[in-house]
Amino acid sequence: MTETLLEVEGLKKHFPIHGGLLNREQARVYAVDGVSFTVRRGETLGIVGESGCGKSTLGKTILKLIEPTEGAIRLKGRDITRLSRREMLPHRREMQVIFQDPYASLNQRMRVQDIVAEPLGNFDTGSRAERLEKVAALFAKVGLRLEVMHRYPHEFSGGQRQRLGIARALALNPELIIADEPVSALDVSVQAQVINLMMDLQGEFDLSYLFIAHDLAVVQHISHRIGVMYLGRVVELTDKASLFRHPQHPYTEALLASVPVPDPRRRKKRTVLKGDVPSPVKPPKGCHFNTRCPYAVERCFHESPALREVAPGHWAACHLR
Amino acid sequence: MTEAMTLSAAPPRPVPAGEPVLEVEDLRTYFDTRDGVVKAVDGLSFSLKPGEILGVVGESGCGKSITSLSIMQLVPRPPARFASGAIRFRGRDLLKLGHEEMRRIRGNEISMIFQDPMSSLNPVLTVGDQLTEAVILHQKLGKRAARDRAREMLDLVHIPEPERRLEEYPHQLSGGMRQRVMIAMALGCDPSVLIADEPTTALDVTIQAQILALMEEIRDKLKTAIILITHDLGVVAEMADRVLVMYAGRKVEEADVVELFERPQHPYTRGLMASIPRLTAAEMETAPPRLSEIPGIVPSLNALPPGCTFADRCPHVQDHCRRGYPPLEPKRPGHVAACWESHRLPEWQP
Repeated sequence: MTETLLEVEGLKKHFPIHGGLLNREQARVYAVDGVSFTVRRGETLGIVGESGCGKSTLGKTILKLIEPTEGAIRLKGRDITRLSRREMLPHRREMQVIFQDPYASLNQRMRVQDIVAEPLGNFDTGSRAERLEKVAALFAKVGLRLEVMHRYPHEFSGGQRQRLGIARALALNPELIIADEPVSALDVSVQAQVINLMMDLQGEFDLSYLFIAHDLAVVQHISHRIGVMYLGRVVELTDKASLFRHPQHPYTEALLASVPVPDPRRRKKRTVLKGDVPSPVKPPKGCHFNTRCPYAVERCFHESPALREVAPGHWAACHLR
Repeated sequence: MTEAMTLSAAPPRPVPAGEPVLEVEDLRTYFDTRDGVVKAVDGLSFSLKPGEILGVVGESGCGKSITSLSIMQLVPRPPARFASGAIRFRGRDLLKLGHEEMRRIRGNEISMIFQDPMSSLNPVLTVGDQLTEAVILHQKLGKRAARDRAREMLDLVHIPEPERRLEEYPHQLSGGMRQRVMIAMALGCDPSVLIADEPTTALDVTIQAQILALMEEIRDKLKTAIILITHDLGVVAEMADRVLVMYAGRKVEEADVVELFERPQHPYTRGLMASIPRLTAAEMETAPPRLSEIPGIVPSLNALPPGCTFADRCPHVQDHCRRGYPPLEPKRPGHVAACWESHRLPEWQP
């Protein structure tokens, strides 16, 4: 039994929308609306979903970059849900982040060696020389040449910048890395380099990843287990083989069917979902997917389905399973 | 509202017979910059038949978007200039047309849709205003007739409640809906060529499937020839009849879609195909294999190496590859590639 590193239970993040004469709360964005899962040590849990499903908010809430509305986040068994910024500090070493946009997430005015060294400066008492030595080791680890350490971010390509982001995330020897769309801004050939790097590092440091992405092929490749999100909720959660072979939720089914297959001989009859994702401000009553579900029955419109174990280790939130 | 629609993607088809509607010949779009001449498009030729979908594939900076902007003559001159070439539309060279003549073709006979529908729609005009503008201008329709045409176009792209949508502003529409409006606008004058530059890149995958289905339907109904520019080989495999692969401003390979995917002749095309994550059933149970990478990055377009521009990243490179750029030659029937070493490449295993 592998150790559970991160445990998220009934996590909710609602954003109030204020307005009107008295600036009262007028409505809420139900960005994350009751999400539970665990991440084990050395495991990659992929989170997939389309824009607005709450996957990025989920990542930021777990990192405590934004305060959760309800629920619990436990890191190595300790509840960090209500910790203040100061109390969070020691836990920040254990949990780091890689962002999507390697252009926006690196300070353009800092030398890249200082960007990567910054987390060390925040925590380590080591001397500057020791920190630079550590940075050099990190550069080698992520496949960047040491000659480029004193340069500025604009001199780097997208793929190299993402390597810098990874080096910075690794600086404090974290156990968990939350990666929010880390390869979606990259060309496919460079994307492959970054995915390989992330998998190598996982093997070397026994890292756990919460890998948030919209690209199913990428998530399939890197993840051990996958959670599918729709409008703030996890609708299906299982190991990747089960998910791709026997999807249990109609949304997962549609999502898999929508992905174009890079094989022109396999152009097939596809089921295309009609309509758009409803607004997270006014999610439909009952099952959130009922406006687009081809199988919806009466019950789906007033009763919200719970995430249930429909087969060993395979969880789905659908009344029809 | 609750039903799903099933569509059958058309199987890849042979290139339709007939005269090409668009022919690009030896197009060179150069940019004069302080750092030298950037050869964004460097000697590109291709042709397009009515009703054909030509996929143009390549990574950032390969020149695929500048190609489409060159056809539309939407590249700013200066800094850009056409160093050579011809773009023949129904026999007339667009590069020789004046501003006025080009305006009569652009948005009328050749239309374009872009990646980001939000930034290509005018935020302060209603959908109706924007849809009627082109038909009033090009087709000389009256206001009432233009309005009817706009409603018809929204119907064609399956926008529910078209009457209400005509009164709405772009921000009131979802991303998929905006792209439908863009397509409706592009089709308003019944163009014979539609250039779609990454039309689904900004969209979610279920919405992408809807838009691709729509484009296919339009090609079948209206016989529009489509240039589909994308970085996504999956989209190309599902949509294109023929595929052109670009690298560093040049065409490096072109073939029918099945031929290209089954017998890629250029190491760059192979590299692209191999780097797509794609697990087999067995690999899902065990640790996945390493993805195949293309090492390095695309060379800078103002300092291209003398020989093959892919040489520095190519696993099959030989000394002579660095001496001269390989000519684009037929490697198999209907299949051209620019590679000195293609005859020595190992058998392709998809």
